[in-house]
Amino acid sequence: MSIDSSEIRKIAWLARLAPGESEISDSALEMGRILDMVEQMNSIDTSEVEALAHPLDICARLRADEVTETDNREHFHRIAPSVAEGHYLVPKVIE
Amino acid sequence: MLQHTLAELSALLLARKISSEELLRAYIDRNETLGRELNCFISFIPELALEQARRADKLLQTGEASALAGIPIGHKDIFCTEGIKTSCASRILDNFIAPYNATVVERLNKAGMVTLAKTNMDEFAMGSSNETSFYGASLNPWDKQRVPGGSSGGSASAVAARLLPAATGTDTGGSIRQPAAFCGISGLKPTYGRVSRYGMIAFASSLDQGGTLTRDARDSAMLLGEMAGFDPLDSTSVDHPVDDYTGALDKPIEGLRVGLPKQFFNSKLDSGIADRIDDAIKELEKAGARIFDIELPNTHLSIPAYYVISPAECSSNLERYDGVRFGYRCENPVDLSDLYCRSREEGFGKEVKRRIMIGTYVLSSGYYDAYYLKAQKVRRLIRDDFQQAFSQVDVILGPTTPSTAFKLNENMDDPLNMYLSDIFTVSVNLAGLPAMSIPVGFSDSLPVGMQLIGNYFDESRLLNLAHQYQTVTDWHEHTAEGFEL
Repeated sequence: MSIDSSEIRKIAWLARLAPGESEISDSALEMGRILDMVEQMNSIDTSEVEALAHPLDICARLRADEVTETDNREHFHRIAPSVAEGHYLVPKVIE
Repeated sequence: MLQHTLAELSALLLARKISSEELLRAYIDRNETLGRELNCFISFIPELALEQARRADKLLQTGEASALAGIPIGHKDIFCTEGIKTSCASRILDNFIAPYNATVVERLNKAGMVTLAKTNMDEFAMGSSNETSFYGASLNPWDKQRVPGGSSGGSASAVAARLLPAATGTDTGGSIRQPAAFCGISGLKPTYGRVSRYGMIAFASSLDQGGTLTRDARDSAMLLGEMAGFDPLDSTSVDHPVDDYTGALDKPIEGLRVGLPKQFFNSKLDSGIADRIDDAIKELEKAGARIFDIELPNTHLSIPAYYVISPAECSSNLERYDGVRFGYRCENPVDLSDLYCRSREEGFGKEVKRRIMIGTYVLSSGYYDAYYLKAQKVRRLIRDDFQQAFSQVDVILGPTTPSTAFKLNENMDDPLNMYLSDIFTVSVNLAGLPAMSIPVGFSDSLPVGMQLIGNYFDESRLLNLAHQYQTVTDWHEHTAEGFEL
């Protein structure tokens, strides 16, 4: 399986990573090898097999629609990189 | 007093023959001289531990303390600890002080245990050698040129070097069992859903499970009894009664059916390991276990399926690290995209980024069916193989790893080879089963681990079998040269 650099750039953008040129070519090679290994799965026919997402086949638990969490904003802001007036600060998004 | 197991320490503390503070000070002293050599810890917190020990002593005086009160423990740095740095061995969380406790930490705190350290690990638990840690690898006390295994390498190394009586770990593809095997200690990965994942930083949510690293099976049973149980804060926690694990340890194993999967005993298995496993099987036969040959025919597909499912879940779970609300943020971002991309590129290490890339690829448009859906189908076949096997036997037995601890840097440039070191462990996570690794001797002076796999929620049978083996052997009592007590 070969993956070209443009595909790596596309995946990196989807993953919000910013690899340099040398990392892009290394990644192309490595991912190709890993996907070759993964493709051993194709040695068996699974057309009649149902997918298994969770080992115990459990379903999502429901609970009453009640407020159970308290406001921890100040607590959480203490560990944030940049905050002001109760908001998280990021670079300007709209001019 | 450092020579004692958790169970022995518990008896001494409850009988007031030693105090928690005295015990803790002995561990602090030992760590001053031996701790740094092995790089087992990301955070060493003696001051906070002393406060906890003094509280435990007060509790012990009332006569109402639990069996674990006053005993020091290390938590893998993947478990959130309120007010204490919780880094997951990543630069991206190097400045992260957890705002709350993981349920596992909360339960052990309530039981009166004393947190002395946060242990080193592979970054975000992605690795089999501890070498992907932002803080550098911890080392194997049996040979400091070798890895302790991973990802719970710091926990395993510390318990093996007798720097802690016990530690917590997590296991997504073998991350408790493989380091336990490499370091010659007992490691237990419970059934998926048995131990709460709340506050345990997520890597692959359908595979991750917290467990124990201890000197022997009795200690694992004591710890698991306190850690296990339903937690409404974890949506995948299973509401299933918690067994009396210590109560089941002394049951005779006469007639227990033990299956040996043909696929675990192949030519790739190190011959020294195969010999030690054979010796252990003979011991179990002497104790009355009945041995059967079984098949797990899709074992060879477990690594391929695992390296689709776990990166897919990883890429999704790690989206939250964006440099906005907590953790690392790059310098001078020019816009929001730059902030996200550079914070993540600079904050994550190489192996984590590799897995995020694979996960993003297999989930991306046009590839989902060929990779992710296919892997989920293979996952069902692997689970069905185990269920078929458990219709014939009570416990499955085999090696934990294909080789003993490898050298530092030996596999760092070859991710595929590193992935293959988990060949006997990942299928258990895909199926969600409980399993443990216990020491069964040495090959070329390095510890060998034997893996015991049980059916769902059958931890007490695994612990019983492991304990019965440990009552007739003493491999679990060996300590590495330079770390004797």
